[in-house]
Amino acid sequence: MIRLSIQMRQALSKLTLPVLIAAAFGLMLVGKADTVLAERARMVLADTLSPIYGLLAAPLASVRSAIDNAQHLVTVFADNVRLREENERLRKWQAVATALDAENAMLKANLRWVPDPLPTYVTARVVADAGGIYARAVLVSLGPNHGIAKGQIALDDRGLVGRVTEIGGRSARVLLLTDINSRIPVILETSRARAMLIGTNGNRPRLLHWPEGTQPAEGERIVTSAEANAFPAGLPIGVVRYSPGNIPEVEPAARLDRLEVIRLFDYGMRGAASPDAPNRSLDRRR
Amino acid sequence: MDERFPGIRPQSSFWQRIDAFARQSFAGASTALLLLTIAAPLGLPGQAQLLQAIAIACIFFWSLFRPACMAPPLVFLLGILADLLGFAPIGINVLLLLIAHGLALRWRRFLTRQGFLTVWLAFVLVALGAAVLQWALTCALMLRLLSPVPVLFQAALAAGIYPPLAVLLTRAHQALAEHVDE
Repeated sequence: MIRLSIQMRQALSKLTLPVLIAAAFGLMLVGKADTVLAERARMVLADTLSPIYGLLAAPLASVRSAIDNAQHLVTVFADNVRLREENERLRKWQAVATALDAENAMLKANLRWVPDPLPTYVTARVVADAGGIYARAVLVSLGPNHGIAKGQIALDDRGLVGRVTEIGGRSARVLLLTDINSRIPVILETSRARAMLIGTNGNRPRLLHWPEGTQPAEGERIVTSAEANAFPAGLPIGVVRYSPGNIPEVEPAARLDRLEVIRLFDYGMRGAASPDAPNRSLDRRR
Repeated sequence: MDERFPGIRPQSSFWQRIDAFARQSFAGASTALLLLTIAAPLGLPGQAQLLQAIAIACIFFWSLFRPACMAPPLVFLLGILADLLGFAPIGINVLLLLIAHGLALRWRRFLTRQGFLTVWLAFVLVALGAAVLQWALTCALMLRLLSPVPVLFQAALAAGIYPPLAVLLTRAHQALAEHVDE
């Protein structure tokens, strides 16, 4: 080691903090300028941690379900009554749906309808919340050679979750539709009007840019639109709910606060640029 | 190898050096481990805020009471870890933690002689300042006006988490010190 005089050493130790603070500013600029580097560093860490978190996920999930079960015990009677009613209602709808399905199949046969190609999908376990303070995202654990690409679409069993933004060797990050950088072209199902669904980091993203004269109705279903070729048409997103401030928002069908397993679909959508990681929203698209 | 030399110890043995190293690195290692644990999918509400609150509380505590174990380069590395784990724009936590570290060092002479309440108040000030700075920097880096509510919640969380954390860390701190003085 180099021997330094005491004064020199004191001076150096006094300098360390200011130099490191300057380095922190430098790091911020580098992180902003070269987002790919920051993204790669983040995904390397995520790749390392995702198997460990994956192992933790199972016992944690069982603890959570035990708590849930305990809570359900309290409401089991009321739930039962509600479910019976709902079941009655759904039975009627089931009859309607099977009739419509048969009719639809017959009409398609008559029209020589070319069916949409069936998408391939990969099911993955959500291992961690990857949002941080100013983003809404989840980390999914994948096997090696997973073949997942940016821009693939994530759904849970109920509806749209979001899109893949960052990919590592054995993990991927999915930006949720509630994230402040999320923009999704949608169709209001009843009026067939187009609109944009814009994330706010809150639980309910906002509806914007609907055509004049077609106000979104409370409770109206919202599905994806094929506009901009980023999504296939007709994926369920949620229903319109008006906020107390009379702003139309969408209550997502997917259970975004308790995602456990999601499916990543490859619809072969290469039309629009894939969504960017939250921190690189304003960069030029590559 | 566990022989005790009374009086002067000529040279520390291998195990003694290991022991010294473990003591030296306890602060950094325990903070890093705590951050990794908090980043696990525990399903706690406000977990992202908790991560940052714990980072700043640990670094403030160790910088105040055991600065030899919390050198600036270590703070820098822990900041990078917190940034990567929290998916924040990189560099923000590094800066905030370094500033908290610097303030703790500067106020050290005064604060270590005060009671717990004064230290806690000083920490609340630091956490609040860090929250405001974090909000401003994130807005600047994302070029967008964001709601300050999440960072204020984070500051409140930090203020709330500090007393129990300080109790645990003080225990650890005393345990480390006792063995050194032996």
